[in-house]
Amino acid sequence: MSAEVISLNDHANEHGRLADNIVFFARALRHAGLRLGPASVADSIKAVLAAGIGSRDDFYWTLHCVLVKRREDRLVFDETFRLFWKSRELVEKLLAMFSPVAPDTREKQKKRAGENRAEGALFSGHEKRIEPEAVPEIDVDARFTVSEREVLRDKDFAQMNAKEIAAAKRAIQEFALPFDEVRTRRFIQNNSGRRVDPRSTMRAAMRMGGEMILPRFRAPKTVHPPLVVIADISGSMSQYSRMFLHFMHAIMEKRRRVHSFVFGTRLTNLSRQLAKRDPDEALDLCAGKVRDWSGGTRIGETLKEFNLNWSRRVLSQGAVVILITDGLERDDTEELARQADRLNKSCRRLIWLNPLLRYDGFEAKARGVKALLPFVDEFRPSHSLNALQDLCYALSANRPQRQHDPRQWMRSIEKDLK
Amino acid sequence: MTAEMPSSIDETEVLLAQGGYIGDRALATVLFLSLKMGRPLFLEGEAGVGKTEIAKVLSATLGRELIRLQCYEGLDVSSAVYEWNYASQMIDIRLAEASGDKDRTSIERSIYSERHLIRRPVLQALSGESGRAPVFLIDELDRADEAFEAYLLEVLSDFQVTIPELGTIKAKEPPLVIITTNRTREIHDALKRRCLYHWVDYPDAARELQIIEQKVPRANGRLAKELVAYVQKLRTIDLFKSPGIAETLDWASALTELDKVAIDPETVSQTIGVLLKYHDDISRIQGSEGKKLLDEVKASLAGAAA
Repeated sequence: MSAEVISLNDHANEHGRLADNIVFFARALRHAGLRLGPASVADSIKAVLAAGIGSRDDFYWTLHCVLVKRREDRLVFDETFRLFWKSRELVEKLLAMFSPVAPDTREKQKKRAGENRAEGALFSGHEKRIEPEAVPEIDVDARFTVSEREVLRDKDFAQMNAKEIAAAKRAIQEFALPFDEVRTRRFIQNNSGRRVDPRSTMRAAMRMGGEMILPRFRAPKTVHPPLVVIADISGSMSQYSRMFLHFMHAIMEKRRRVHSFVFGTRLTNLSRQLAKRDPDEALDLCAGKVRDWSGGTRIGETLKEFNLNWSRRVLSQGAVVILITDGLERDDTEELARQADRLNKSCRRLIWLNPLLRYDGFEAKARGVKALLPFVDEFRPSHSLNALQDLCYALSANRPQRQHDPRQWMRSIEKDLK
Repeated sequence: MTAEMPSSIDETEVLLAQGGYIGDRALATVLFLSLKMGRPLFLEGEAGVGKTEIAKVLSATLGRELIRLQCYEGLDVSSAVYEWNYASQMIDIRLAEASGDKDRTSIERSIYSERHLIRRPVLQALSGESGRAPVFLIDELDRADEAFEAYLLEVLSDFQVTIPELGTIKAKEPPLVIITTNRTREIHDALKRRCLYHWVDYPDAARELQIIEQKVPRANGRLAKELVAYVQKLRTIDLFKSPGIAETLDWASALTELDKVAIDPETVSQTIGVLLKYHDDISRIQGSEGKKLLDEVKASLAGAAA
């Protein structure tokens, strides 16, 4: 970045605008999606006062360290800063925005990452209106089909009615995953525990004036391990997308440390969106975030992306991974096997839920299914998924364990081959 | 002895340089603001980019004591903040009994007095004297669980801890807090909000070369140039774990010990375990891709020299 000095000295008096501008800048960042409260705005002004106005670089980093709290936000900050604090360019842009449109003869530059969001935040309401083209609506049930085409579509979900919400709540309340308690190294007081709890022993003794010191006990505390749900929302599974999102939302409400991802041709992390309390609001946010509803499937690529970018951030402390997909992969199945292996090695338990199992007809013949099976700890097929209850039932602990052993399914493949 | 606090970003840069830490302007800015505003500094970044080192350098150059709290799963108040010395408490009770002291409040006061208090890192960090507050390094916070993170909120915003039997202990002067995380878990926004955030990135080629020259002075000049270019190249391809500065330094000293003055494919494949720690990455580099990378690096260096 150039080290040009921002000439703010004339504004340093009491009529100056610097503080106002910082407030506007923070608001622009908030519109661009950064999570900033009034406290951080006040902080940024304090920080600028503490650091003093020096070079443009110093000013940049001063604001950066107060306003950016996640690494992902750096690009957006960078773009917004560039647009906001370069007054000449801003004025030109504004002029261009409001003057009659002259044909743009300059070569179009590829937009930098984050630029769209930054511009959107600064110039919201002044975008050139583009009439949406009328798209004929075609509804195809694409179950049991695979596609490698990347189709980007928007999605609009029907809102939940009260009955549905109540049913979903009930289902989630009763829902328990197998092996769902892990011992931590933390202790809680427990009179049938095996270790003496000295702190509570002393407190109890002092309550009796130190006459008698009776031992109190403690035992290791158990908690749910972190849960990561990765759901397929490609064309073949599109009729279930809404249910998956509701499942993820409901389970995020019930327990902590849940991360949710969906994928078709690309992976999208929906954990922040689904953390909204209201299910409809959360689903609306998801619909806006995900770009590849009902498109093709690339399971191997997606798992690779997950392993590379997310596994180290969300799989610590012994996470359980629920992978919901039909396993119909068109791409390279070797890559799929490799990535599934890696995923399996970095989580406590990998559970694969296949919602498209036709009970009599299904044989694990599809190449993707064959590639995935050896690397999952549990294979939970389900032939009909009509409601959240079915999904919870398919995943719950109190079902016979034997049929979930992936080896059994692999044996049946081998038998078929002979 | 304690050194003066830096009073500008430039002075902070000088301070880091004195401690042998080659950082960029961005880091100096954040560090200066953190010292000036009395805010904890939250450092995030891949493993091996020198996050912990910043705290060490700060403590050495400012002449402050370094108190380190290594986080782990299950870290709790009794190992992070304070613990009572139960054995000596019990002896005290028996002594009181033997001397015929029956007054409950006086027994309680003597049992829960500072004599029996074992100070753990957090409490130690809060008991610095004015003008001599220690540097408090909370290392790898992402390894501790959320309960501990929530506990830190009180410590980091008010610099005080509450011990039920003793009362609230407040720091005379807040410690210089540095928190590091490797991002194996997202830290809650509420904690981040109280801190100044900085992402410690891999250094660029020039800075990495400087670091090697300083830390491995025996390394041959040509070797250093080549290996830095190679490591920089490795970071541009999609490896599962890109090598950090710590790995570069290890590699530089390994190659120096082997009396190498330049890198060749054979040396790379023999010593790659110093640089890359995942089997997938290693087998990828040992194949044809590694050779191609090396050729590219050599070509670009030759081009730059010509």
